[in-house]
Amino acid sequence: MAHEHKLEIFRGRWKFKNNIQKIWGVLLFLTIVTAVEVVLGIYKPAMFMSPFIAPFEPGFFGSSMNVILSPFIYMKPLNLIFIVLTLVKAYYIAWDFMHLRDETKGLRRAIVWTPVFLIAYLVFILLAEAGYIYDILGSEFVKWNF
Amino acid sequence: MDTTVKTGTEENVWGGGSDKKPLGASYGKMMMWFFIVSDALTFSGFIASYSFARFKFADSWPIADEVFTHIPLFHGNYPMIYVAFMTFVLIMSSVTMVLAVDAGHKMKKNSVIWYMFFTVIGGAIFVGSQAWEWATFIQGDYGAIETKGGRILQFVKADTGERAALKDFATPLDEERIDHTNSKGVWFFGETTLPSFSVNEVVTGFKANPNILVRTEDIVQEGERKGHKTLLNRSESLERLAGSKYVVEGANLIHNEYGNRLFADFFFFITGFHGFHVLTGVLINIIIFFNVILGTYERRGHYEMVEKVGLYWHFVDLVWVFVFTFFYLV
Repeated sequence: MAHEHKLEIFRGRWKFKNNIQKIWGVLLFLTIVTAVEVVLGIYKPAMFMSPFIAPFEPGFFGSSMNVILSPFIYMKPLNLIFIVLTLVKAYYIAWDFMHLRDETKGLRRAIVWTPVFLIAYLVFILLAEAGYIYDILGSEFVKWNF
Repeated sequence: MDTTVKTGTEENVWGGGSDKKPLGASYGKMMMWFFIVSDALTFSGFIASYSFARFKFADSWPIADEVFTHIPLFHGNYPMIYVAFMTFVLIMSSVTMVLAVDAGHKMKKNSVIWYMFFTVIGGAIFVGSQAWEWATFIQGDYGAIETKGGRILQFVKADTGERAALKDFATPLDEERIDHTNSKGVWFFGETTLPSFSVNEVVTGFKANPNILVRTEDIVQEGERKGHKTLLNRSESLERLAGSKYVVEGANLIHNEYGNRLFADFFFFITGFHGFHVLTGVLINIIIFFNVILGTYERRGHYEMVEKVGLYWHFVDLVWVFVFTFFYLV
């Protein structure tokens, strides 16, 4: 059992006197993040509703850039913000509530990187396939919308 | 640590012959992490397959803000508010759980008891809210028509742009609809509840009421109504209604008045699986709560059990953060 706690978050920018204060600090931060998400979700600001970058012309360079920058080209910035904020919340839940911050580096890496690689792989494959099926459904070869 | 087993209640035994435990974690904690990682992969599988369905029907997927708009005891249109409340309840109960773990490190039995109690209450409020959310979703609010192709047609009042419920315009016809019974069928199992109106009644009512328009599942991609569902004019509406097959009220695994039926399937499956986790979490927390009261961990000399169920409880919270994003926000 790790009795000694690391008492700083945001890379040392916010230090706490004891573990209980740190818990309330993290709660405050998570609540603010959730409130921001809810407000954005209700009002949906118009500036975040269409992608920041237009797709590049197909070709070796253009197609590679389309893949590399796909979150900025094919995704509404609002959704990108939601996903990033979710990962931020997940980080603080795992690091401070599940006290991964106080565990050894080896345990932390084993817990985090194993799922991260597997999930990234699964999501890439499923979404690429789903995008392909979406194109097929739109190509008039299949009649489904009647 | 020596290799002999000391007592029956000694939990922290690492019999591997060295003073150092692998990765500095006890056996029980390590196994809890194994479970959490594999469970995380299960949930990722669900959410990834949900994303698959959603990408596949990217421009006709239901808009969550139009589906989850209710708050208990209040009428009106309040998207997001109740889920935000549920999220906050779950995060709060996570906080009381961490406080219980912290009090356990300091061997403060009474604090642990109280914090565990609040954690259980928070979990119960969350499960109750989820049950209410399910009930509201199953019951539905406006009703819709399902076409032969399985698409959903909803109705809108032309002058105000508000959604129109079937009962607002359907014309009751004196139609005989004889209940099927066992004696009349060879291969008969039973009959589900009939919807309040027949397809014929809805279509007749639509023709009689020029203020009603049909709204399809397709999301407008360009122009002023970008991001909203497509609104048909009267003649297009009548053309689409010619393919009507069922009247759908509410949602189940086969029909879904809110739009694509996969939406309801994934909603039931993912939030159901998560709710089941919360339920078991509450039960395990209750067991630990009573163990703390009985002094089991006081005698054992440490409160690591509280820490281990705490990990599970936080994991449930962690999963909800993702479910919240992918079901209600994105």
